[in-house]
Amino acid sequence: MKLEGSVIFEKASIEDTTSPQPIISVRNLTKVFGQNPEKALELHRKGRSKHEIYAETGSTLALNNVSFDVMPGETFVLMGLSGSGKSTLLRCINRLIDPTEGEILIDGEDIVGMGQEELRETRRRKLGMIFQNFALLPHRTVLDNVAFGLEIQGVPVEERQKKAEEILRMVGLGGYGGSMPGELSGGMKQRVGLARALTSDPDILLMDEAFSALDPLIRRDMQDELLDLQQRLVKTIIFVTHDLDEALKLGDRIALMKDGSIVQVGTPEEILTNPENAYVEKFVADVDLTRVLSASDVMRRPEPVARCTAGPRVALHLMEEHDIGSVFVVDRWRRLRGLVTLDDTLKAVQAGRGLEEIITTDVPTVALDTPLTDIISVIAGSRYPVAVVDDENRLQGLIFRGTILAALARKGEDINATA
Amino acid sequence: MQLPKLPLGDAVEALVDWIEQYFGWLLDAVSAGLGFLIGGLQGLLLAIPAPVLILLAAVLVWFVTRRDIKLAGLTALGLLLIWDLQLWNLAMLTLALVLVSTIVALAISIPLGIAAAGSDAINAALRPVLDFMQTMPSFVYLIPAVIFFGLGNVPGTIATVVFAMPPALRLTNLGIRQVPTELVEVADAFGSTPRQKLFKVQLPVALPTIMAGVNQCIMLALSMTVIASMIGAGGLGYQVLVGIQRVDIGMGFEAGLAIVIIAIILDRITQNLVPQYENR
Repeated sequence: MKLEGSVIFEKASIEDTTSPQPIISVRNLTKVFGQNPEKALELHRKGRSKHEIYAETGSTLALNNVSFDVMPGETFVLMGLSGSGKSTLLRCINRLIDPTEGEILIDGEDIVGMGQEELRETRRRKLGMIFQNFALLPHRTVLDNVAFGLEIQGVPVEERQKKAEEILRMVGLGGYGGSMPGELSGGMKQRVGLARALTSDPDILLMDEAFSALDPLIRRDMQDELLDLQQRLVKTIIFVTHDLDEALKLGDRIALMKDGSIVQVGTPEEILTNPENAYVEKFVADVDLTRVLSASDVMRRPEPVARCTAGPRVALHLMEEHDIGSVFVVDRWRRLRGLVTLDDTLKAVQAGRGLEEIITTDVPTVALDTPLTDIISVIAGSRYPVAVVDDENRLQGLIFRGTILAALARKGEDINATA
Repeated sequence: MQLPKLPLGDAVEALVDWIEQYFGWLLDAVSAGLGFLIGGLQGLLLAIPAPVLILLAAVLVWFVTRRDIKLAGLTALGLLLIWDLQLWNLAMLTLALVLVSTIVALAISIPLGIAAAGSDAINAALRPVLDFMQTMPSFVYLIPAVIFFGLGNVPGTIATVVFAMPPALRLTNLGIRQVPTELVEVADAFGSTPRQKLFKVQLPVALPTIMAGVNQCIMLALSMTVIASMIGAGGLGYQVLVGIQRVDIGMGFEAGLAIVIIAIILDRITQNLVPQYENR
């Protein structure tokens, strides 16, 4: 098992130029859920499988002798299918779940052996957590949600609200402090979740499928933003996901989990080019298949678009501003009407005609779940970008030639772009 | 042939004697305390002129229902009707009895509900007791109340408290247990003490459910007013009882209607006291 990829080393060196010590060190961690952990462990030591142990004791071996180190400033991704134990492992690190055996050293201190008071102090100062379904407190304003960690620590109201406002601005939600969580969209809610974890300035962020509940486009925005934040703040991040794409994009190193064990740890390159066993290979094999990706995975935000009620001058302005040769036209309900080209629009402006008269309705469209293979043939035969529409013909996104190439490049053998 | 009769009745009487002998002071203290609360609250309600109180009630309803002017108007009309029927003094006694019973019932049931939510053992121990309390006909509570506290408003309140407690306890327990796991994890992950977790996360999130329990508690207390009047509790309930005894339909109807009006007003107030937030 290789511990330091070149990327990690660079990041860690920002803070610490001497040889870095791991900030988290997990040693032989085992977790058994159920009535009889002792018996289950005993059977486990005799080499019985997870299924045999369950059949005999009714206990589930959720984590099986897991060990790994995480360096300061590293983004470490725990990846696996559901039931692989990745969320359990994450929850052991801040002891939302108590491990059955093993130790977890955080800055050299074993959190498993800590008393309640010491554990609380570690959770407050060192560990921030971000949840899959955002887990915002519904009765509190956004600001009070973000200030929650400091409130727990007994920081005075004014000070914690000032800090919370500052962090809210940092995640792009300045001015939303007075809103209630129920009024926000999913992406905004998770920004609040992120802000809440950042406010108490922990060294370590534990992110549990943090972006899995978001729409594809929003999810990608959030991933970019996390990378951006990470460059400025340099936290240590443990990120749980079932999405290989996300893992490759965010992870300095990735640990692949199966049935409660870590199957392989490595940089994205190592995982892709040198899969250690058949399971990893199978997981990775799916990646570069254009068949697996659909329109919703690769599409870009549908911008700019012109409203059909707008005049040709507006359309012209949009095209000039974005330096493009055509723009899609939608109606009031964002249903796709067609497309206008730069030439036609210029003529319309001169002749004083309306936008409606020059719309080309013959534009290529695909559904959200159209596989990439089919999109490639559509886009090859068209001069325009491909519009992605939902069941009600509402414009959801656009696919350009470059978009597909970029997506394939990201997923193909050459993944240097992401690393 | 006949089985020899077990001396169960004698045993109960002996137990009652024993309690009265050794815990008489406690019974007296409870009796004096409740009597003071009921008398004080009734005195306070009657010290305010009826028109002023009607206006205050209408404003309160308007406020908690977030400016529902229709409901506020109906509240004022309903209370005016009670005043007009010359049932005002009785209605204020009933209100005092219901409020004191509810407060005592909640003071017992909400902490017990919290304890039951925090411990499966306590929950398991309480469940049969609650089942017993809820299935037992409410008349049965009158007997021990009379034995220990005699006749009057105080034993009526005691019987009402026993009758009205279970739903508030159950719903407090349920509300806390239904707080989403992730929200409880938030409290723990950010380093809350158990007390912080309870007051900053569990209780606020469970509050709508707990308020449903409070609402049920008040409604049951009101429904007990007529039954409690059998052991001397006063107010509108007693008026209904007298109506029944004299077969005076008009009298019974007027007092019954007044109870319904109070019930509706209290119901609307408690239902709207806490805003419902969208979860997640």
